[in-house]
Amino acid sequence: MEQIRDKAAIVGIGQTPYAKGLGRSEYDMAVEAIFAACADAGISPREIDGLVRYDMETTDEEQLLAVLGNPEIRYQASTAWGGGGAVSVLVHAAVAISAGMADTVLVFRSRARGKQSVYGKDPKQGGRYWERTEARLTGLNQWHVPQGLVSAFQEMAMITRRHMIDHGTHEDHFAAVAVTTREHAIRNPAAVMRQPMSLEDHHASRMIADPLRLFDCNIETDGACALIVTRSDRARDLRQPPALIHAGAMAAGSHHMRLSTLFSRPREEDSAVRVGRQLWQGSGLQPSEMDAFFCYDFFTSFVIIALEDYGFCKRGEGGPFVEDGGLRWEGGRMPTNTNGGQLSEAFIHGLNNSVEAVRQIRGTSTSQVPDCELVLSVGANTDPTGAVILRRDT
Amino acid sequence: MTNLRDGLITQTLPLPQPNLDNQAFYEATHRGELRFQRCSDCGSWRHYPRPACPKCQSREFRWELATGRGRVYSWTIVHGPTLPAFQEDLPYNVVDVLLEEGIHFQSQILDCPPEEIHEGMPLTAVFVPIDDEITLVKVRRAREGSR
Repeated sequence: MEQIRDKAAIVGIGQTPYAKGLGRSEYDMAVEAIFAACADAGISPREIDGLVRYDMETTDEEQLLAVLGNPEIRYQASTAWGGGGAVSVLVHAAVAISAGMADTVLVFRSRARGKQSVYGKDPKQGGRYWERTEARLTGLNQWHVPQGLVSAFQEMAMITRRHMIDHGTHEDHFAAVAVTTREHAIRNPAAVMRQPMSLEDHHASRMIADPLRLFDCNIETDGACALIVTRSDRARDLRQPPALIHAGAMAAGSHHMRLSTLFSRPREEDSAVRVGRQLWQGSGLQPSEMDAFFCYDFFTSFVIIALEDYGFCKRGEGGPFVEDGGLRWEGGRMPTNTNGGQLSEAFIHGLNNSVEAVRQIRGTSTSQVPDCELVLSVGANTDPTGAVILRRDT
Repeated sequence: MTNLRDGLITQTLPLPQPNLDNQAFYEATHRGELRFQRCSDCGSWRHYPRPACPKCQSREFRWELATGRGRVYSWTIVHGPTLPAFQEDLPYNVVDVLLEEGIHFQSQILDCPPEEIHEGMPLTAVFVPIDDEITLVKVRRAREGSR
């Protein structure tokens, strides 16, 4: 980890509008976000020489070159496991730049996830992927989809229930995550969900997969965002204050679609805990030194579990942590997802939370944490995953 | 737009497609037997099927008969959205069963009101034939302490 420390910096961020159903292709939204990120950094798209994308991304390298002016790409990678790879894309960028394999790396995600956003007959693009399950299941989902466990939110409900059994976590805790995250979204004009939410509103929202209610789930939206990562020495000559990638780590582990293996392993041996251990040991920093936290809030309960996984509190103490206002941008023990996260800002497969992490380092968030110098941004914590610590250049 | 989406949604009950790694499991369930891989060296049971023991990495294993007895480890009550094949069953349960052999598998408890499901509830496997190849393993409540 020493080899990548502060060698690369995020210098550009860009995004499309976020909405439920934009009526635009993922390709089109990707290009808008990428050009916006380049403009923000003050570079030409032709300067990009590294591409890192999610492997679920439908806009591929060739499609990108065809609009970027055919730059000479020296490094390319993709990250597996959907939301688990949401921050690993930034780890890849830092590794490539530190190794001299690229100078300027593009990281992006585009998603038409609104259920009304299906374009043409492309089965991979738009809408809810789980509705297009194979009729004969060849993967590990063959063990649970035929039993009626057909989507991530139902798998997550099973893991959430077990956390409740083991630790006494309850729905007021989940509500606290939803309500605080909504408070952040209300302050963010780009967020999709900006209606006030109370604990009672949360409890009155319809049950989706007990114990998870509608307001425990990420929203389904359309949009794209992008980040430009470059060498730190070059970053200092560019337009924006750099967000240095101070540390980064990845780990493999159980996936929520593999419940039999996930439930067979102690949580302390799973990927997010391993990533956290690497980060704290490798950086010499402590969780308490972070000024803000950005986690993959696909479900409220997984914010609670992420706080525990990364050591912001002990295992089982995540519920009381959030109920006590611990996530609030102002006065919280650990300001978390200050953009409104995927619960209320937009569901761009986690990348929008890393964009917000950069804003916090720049000092431009709509819920700005005072004197924000160090932030932790992490991918989904039920998957093989990755995380970065970003640092303000001082 | 809506029509296109509806045309892409899987309408039938999605079923397993057995392969070379797991066909022994499905052949057994089709005979009304619940069999899992068990390491010939260290004796550990495992599920999902895989070509080596996760405990000792031995490649030797047998497909051994399990008791079919276990307990509720976790569960959800699905209220929807879900796939069309399960629409009529809403709300329905899905459980993670921790078998006496120490392995987890996912199933549904038949004939059990959602509010009666609880952690540790004793269960026993039942076999529900679907077609010529596939029999799904469901569970029923078992009497506490029954063997």
